[in-house]
Amino acid sequence: MVEFRLPRNSRITGGKHFPAPAGAGKVKTFKVYRYDPDSGQNPRWDTYDVDTSQCGPMVLDVLIHIKNTMDPTLTFRRSCREGICGSCAMNIAGRNTLACIHGHDECPGDKVAISPLPHMPVVKDLVPDLTLFYAQYASVEPWLHTETPEPQKEWRQSPEDREKLDGLYECILCACCSTSCPSYWWNQEKYLGPAALLHAYRWIIDSRDEATGERLDDLEDPFKLYRCHTIMNCAQVCPKGLNPAKAIAEVKKMLADRVV
Amino acid sequence: MGKPDFRTPMSRARGLGAAHHGAAEWLSNGLMAAALVPLTLWMVFAVLRLAQLDYYGAVQWIRSPVNVSLMVLTVVIAFAHMHHGMRVVIEDYVHQRLGKLGAVALSLFVSGLAGALTVFSILKVALGGA
Repeated sequence: MVEFRLPRNSRITGGKHFPAPAGAGKVKTFKVYRYDPDSGQNPRWDTYDVDTSQCGPMVLDVLIHIKNTMDPTLTFRRSCREGICGSCAMNIAGRNTLACIHGHDECPGDKVAISPLPHMPVVKDLVPDLTLFYAQYASVEPWLHTETPEPQKEWRQSPEDREKLDGLYECILCACCSTSCPSYWWNQEKYLGPAALLHAYRWIIDSRDEATGERLDDLEDPFKLYRCHTIMNCAQVCPKGLNPAKAIAEVKKMLADRVV
Repeated sequence: MGKPDFRTPMSRARGLGAAHHGAAEWLSNGLMAAALVPLTLWMVFAVLRLAQLDYYGAVQWIRSPVNVSLMVLTVVIAFAHMHHGMRVVIEDYVHQRLGKLGAVALSLFVSGLAGALTVFSILKVALGGA
């Protein structure tokens, strides 16, 4: 049965409080999920009163400020700090997004909760285990499949067909969409999730690909594809403004075209 | 901690492979949902109409071929749609194999029985048994 309550060893307890230094200017409180598997203790919420006048405008700047000046044990992923690598995807104020492009001024309320992407195993603090997510992406074979001998120069494509890939190729695999989807929460082992399905559609719709039928065959399944109930959380949270739900609907339409 | 799982991530992602069906069910669910919009409106009209009639008037109204056909169609589609909806909910939330199969079978039995009883009752009136 689906679990509506966290297992006993995952329930979050109150944690430490880190006050702002004396004379701090503009103070905002951040409630951060902390979990260290080596400690054997339950996860906890640590609260940090951050002087936001001393750090940059984004939530990632706040986290870096906390790590540098308040608590060096805080663990999170980050790399490009400009919304391209997808490393700093996390749940900020109840919404999955990228910490590097989400301003702390945009977060409503006095206390901003920051936790790892929902419903994924946690490696440490804000770092989720995305192994299955990446394997699901790899399982849709996200590369060109052809049988025709490779042309001497390149596979040709009309500008119109190239345009069909817009809104699909931009996905950075940050996992904000899949981990915001209730269908993915409840059936992660069987449903591919919005990100993998968006990438599957990106190759299905590619005019140069010769395995469209096989790709559709591999998706036609009550769980792999049809667990999508068009909840639209994926489209709402995508930090790149993409619409995985639309891509999934297009795959469903193509499968319907094969039977009617 | 759960039991250690030594399957590779790719093995977990591929699982048992694709069932190679689902498109026809998806289409039929959509069509049933679409058909229920006019049929439900007609049913509301029918209930309002029947409320104005006495017993013999109501029986006469139900005996009309168009009315009895639409009534049976509404009932059959509504119960089939109910079962499909319940099945999706069960598949979403119940993960133990036996529990899931049992719940789907129970849903099918309840929807089938309720549908059959309703259709039989309509036909009994329409064909002169009541």
